[in-house]
Amino acid sequence: MPMPDDYLDYPHRRYGMDHDRYDWSDMFKRKPISWPNGARIALSIVTHVQYFPLDMPSKPFKAPGALSMPYPDFRYYTNRDYGNRVGVFRVLRLLGELGLKTSFAINGIIAERYPALLRAVVEGGHEVVAHGLDMGKVHHSGLTEDEENAIVAEALRLLRDASGQSVSGWLSPGRAQGFNTPEILARNGVAYGLDWANDDLPYDMRTQNGPLVAMPMAYETDDRVVADEYFQSEPQWVQQVKDRFDVLYRESADHGGRVMSLPLHSWVSGMPYRIEYLREVLDYILSHDGVWTAPTSEICAAFRASS
Amino acid sequence: MSADAKPMQSDLGLYDYLPWTERPKITWPGDKKIAVWIAPNIEFYEYNPPNNPTRTPWARPNPDVLQYSHRDYGNRVGWQRMMAAMDRAGFRGSVSLNVALCDHHPEIIKACADRGWEFFSHGIYNTRYVYNMTIEQEREIIRDAFDTVRKHTGQELAGWLSPALSNNFWTMDILSEAGIQYTCDMFHDDQPMPVKVKSGKLISMPYSLEMNDVIVYNTQKVTPRHYGEIIKRQFDQLYKEGADSGTVMCIPLHPYLVGQPHRIDAFAEAIEYIAGHEGVWQTTGREIAQAYHASGAYDAFNAAMATHNAQGGSR
Repeated sequence: MPMPDDYLDYPHRRYGMDHDRYDWSDMFKRKPISWPNGARIALSIVTHVQYFPLDMPSKPFKAPGALSMPYPDFRYYTNRDYGNRVGVFRVLRLLGELGLKTSFAINGIIAERYPALLRAVVEGGHEVVAHGLDMGKVHHSGLTEDEENAIVAEALRLLRDASGQSVSGWLSPGRAQGFNTPEILARNGVAYGLDWANDDLPYDMRTQNGPLVAMPMAYETDDRVVADEYFQSEPQWVQQVKDRFDVLYRESADHGGRVMSLPLHSWVSGMPYRIEYLREVLDYILSHDGVWTAPTSEICAAFRASS
Repeated sequence: MSADAKPMQSDLGLYDYLPWTERPKITWPGDKKIAVWIAPNIEFYEYNPPNNPTRTPWARPNPDVLQYSHRDYGNRVGWQRMMAAMDRAGFRGSVSLNVALCDHHPEIIKACADRGWEFFSHGIYNTRYVYNMTIEQEREIIRDAFDTVRKHTGQELAGWLSPALSNNFWTMDILSEAGIQYTCDMFHDDQPMPVKVKSGKLISMPYSLEMNDVIVYNTQKVTPRHYGEIIKRQFDQLYKEGADSGTVMCIPLHPYLVGQPHRIDAFAEAIEYIAGHEGVWQTTGREIAQAYHASGAYDAFNAAMATHNAQGGSR
């Protein structure tokens, strides 16, 4: 069958983006951002804490890291759950030793299943970011608004109740969204999201329910992506993270404050053989003057104050 | 349209076989050894594209915000780093352009045009494929590309890389008929080669899958520093061979990939290494095509293939 002629129609061919979610802008021509105390780099460390249900659906798609063996997949269910039992505490210990207050993006169901994990994150002085309900509940345009809203509201309720924090940050499982996800997030009191991978700086998104800040989060230097999608070694991950930092640090001299985002997974970087590579990365970054490490919500607030 | 339908063939007969050892000598302007051209793919992927039954634009249902935003990174951030690295090494780009980007981001087009970069066509959007199109529909894409690039840049298109490398069996004929001089869709050679089309003098321009950052990073999963190494090694060999006959090296790029902070320095170092050699022609696709014709190489290669065929060689 030939394509219908309207395949050659381009209704959104116009200046700027092909949607109204945000405006195009050239990152190198924006008003420079000033971080507190004249910092050059805001270091945003976001550790993913995830629960992959044994019965997670495969439609319409699976979030990365999903179980892949026939049911019951003991192999990956337990390997991912290792992150919740051991890995996350190893990461917390390292961050504590370095005196860093960071962010943990946590599936809502973790608050119900493992309250001690939530307590440890909160007692460590870290920010709780909502990471959806669980890794089997991906957000997509096939959900009705009510269905998606129920997932968002439940995840936020569980995490807010367990942490006592306002929980204003959001990271979708698999960084996946439907057309209305930003509207639903804003309606539920979310101030910033981490799903979009199009910038190295925060920027403003529009929703019908008020503004939402898109906070940067590196995609290709994520520990899981490097290990499980690129199959690269830990030293290769370390090198790329250092190289990323070097360029952002250099740019900050001429272009204002930059954000260095470091996405981690408790079941990846929390492995015994990987944790000291994480220390190497953090030691390297922190050896530079003008690095401000903070929970992502504080970096978002500083962006708001500066813009 | 049934008139466009044709059974699948094992070979479209677009080029004749000519062994590497039976080639006429290529001489580049100024007796340069190697023509090096950089082809940034400046692309626009749609947020909510229509589906094509042969290929679905996004792995996830629309909107695939992670993949969409990853591509968008190139147009917000990555292009500036890539352009700065090319400026420092003295390279102009030959832009493989989704021409709708002229409408969406004229600022990027202007920055490229101000530097004397060439624009060639990479279709309208990278999320619209020519699969299942009629010949007339595909001709309309080509007309749109010529008109859009002319209107926004004053340039007359010379080159073509099909959108997302989608093609039909007639594509080369209708590109040549429309005045396209070179195609980047064929990877069968290191040298420009005549393409057998119904009209015109179309050539295949050596582009490269193996030097292409999207293949290197997304398919081969290579690290940024290793990408710098393979660019240098590819150059070293073609530079050495260029002492006998002019060679071509292409580096196809995507600003959303090479323009990432963890990747840009290794790439920048590699192209500065290339630019630091004597006898390197830092050029564009259009200029290579022009030199290939002007030097007589096009005719010489056709003659060599005719000789090879006459001596019992096959295509």
